[in-house]
Amino acid sequence: MTFSRRKFIKGLSASVAMVSGIGCATATTSKTAGRVVVVGGGFAGATAAKYIRMWGPDIQVTLVERDEEFVSCPLSNRVLAGVVQLKELTRGYGKLQAKHGIKVEHDEAVAIDTEKQEVKLASGSTLKYDRLIVAPGVDLLPGEVPGLPAQSDRILHAWKAGPQTVALRKQLQSMPDGGVYALTIPKAPYRCPPGPYERACQVAWYFKNHKPGSKVLILDANEDVVSKKGLFTKAWAERYPGIVEYRPNSELMEVDAATLTAKLSFEDVKADVLNVVPPQRAGKIALDAGLINANNRWCGVDFLTYESLAVKNVHVLGDAIMAAPQMPKSGHMANQHAKVCAAAVVALLHGDQVITQPLVTNTCYSFVSDKEVIHVASVHAYNPEKKTMEIVPGASGVSAAASELEGQYAEAWGRNIWADMLA
Amino acid sequence: MLLAGMAVPISAAEDANGRSWAATCTGCHGPNGHSEGGMPNLAGLQKAYIVNAMREFKAGTRQATVMHQHAKGYTDEQVERIAEFFAAQKLD
Repeated sequence: MTFSRRKFIKGLSASVAMVSGIGCATATTSKTAGRVVVVGGGFAGATAAKYIRMWGPDIQVTLVERDEEFVSCPLSNRVLAGVVQLKELTRGYGKLQAKHGIKVEHDEAVAIDTEKQEVKLASGSTLKYDRLIVAPGVDLLPGEVPGLPAQSDRILHAWKAGPQTVALRKQLQSMPDGGVYALTIPKAPYRCPPGPYERACQVAWYFKNHKPGSKVLILDANEDVVSKKGLFTKAWAERYPGIVEYRPNSELMEVDAATLTAKLSFEDVKADVLNVVPPQRAGKIALDAGLINANNRWCGVDFLTYESLAVKNVHVLGDAIMAAPQMPKSGHMANQHAKVCAAAVVALLHGDQVITQPLVTNTCYSFVSDKEVIHVASVHAYNPEKKTMEIVPGASGVSAAASELEGQYAEAWGRNIWADMLA
Repeated sequence: MLLAGMAVPISAAEDANGRSWAATCTGCHGPNGHSEGGMPNLAGLQKAYIVNAMREFKAGTRQATVMHQHAKGYTDEQVERIAEFFAAQKLD
């Protein structure tokens, strides 16, 4: 028989409870293997909460999420083309509570005390944890671009699906034919590497069909297209000639908000619709909790557990982490981090061994028209010598060409991954 | 020997591995392989069917959009465990 540490620990805690226990609090806590608090209910946090309950039904899980509903950022560029409504990309959190027994607190985590192991909420209440999972996504940093207003109805980012997505769609609709839509892209890493290029395609598709004299100007701080370069370049040249113009090495230095002018190193570009994707950093709660330890922006983690390299008993997931090379900040990746982390958290709370050969995969679909799609895919395995994730040789690639078939798969991907995290 | 011919029970650690590796599929194929539609359902498929399909994806002999790329990311052992996991899932 193999020695079961889990059973041993359970037996031990039961006997401790018996010895120490007349009328004391252990009676109520002895039924749970531990308390987990998850901050953030996006692709990473919601998936982690659900999988911890699936794999560790004896663990208490509380999910703290500001918003009443989940709105998917992936697929939301299609709202800009007018082919999808935001409500089609929106799902509720109800099943996490009803089906999986997760306590969902629609509240905001405002502070984390990593010594006392508790999370303070905006409502004033406090949640104690044995293991904390922080999945705050990115914060956009408009303050890093001089002249860019922190809040503006005119210069939108629309880099978090929601009201700004709808507002940007309205700006594009109101823009006269012959106008210029300029999209600025920050230096990588940023959330969703192919996202800006897909957005350019979606706006170009709308212009081609409704405002053919208009232009899409991509002002990219990077020296080249960051993701699916060949396929995007082909899409712009063949589908949107005279509409899309791509300018590399075009870092946004300053914005003149009054005239919607993007000031680059060597030129000024005036737009009719100026869409600035600002530089990004792990969400503020991660900064405040001392979890950011890479480039002053991202949270370093152990890829076997996603436990923070800076703070014990705290795990970080999704866009907020300092990912291994070639691991994009994508919803799909976040969903995958979450399951490795969930397995590890369950094992740790049960006193079991954590998995030593985790795998994570990625598939990012991008719409290049209303229906046709290209993808990039990869599988990453753990390298124990380097303590990092690496693409398995041969296990990566992009579409041979854009297709409607992949368009159908992209829509199905959404339905399935939202179910994987929320249903 | 007494053990010869007996089914070898999967240890807890191996089971956790299989479950964890199978979870890499469910972002696209749905919770525990129960597809929401538009992607092949994996839950309840026969183990041999999944193993064979993955072998063909890897070899490039089966039609694919992404699976020929994904399949190369898994060892034979991992595919076996994943296939066992999905084969054991009950159809709704």
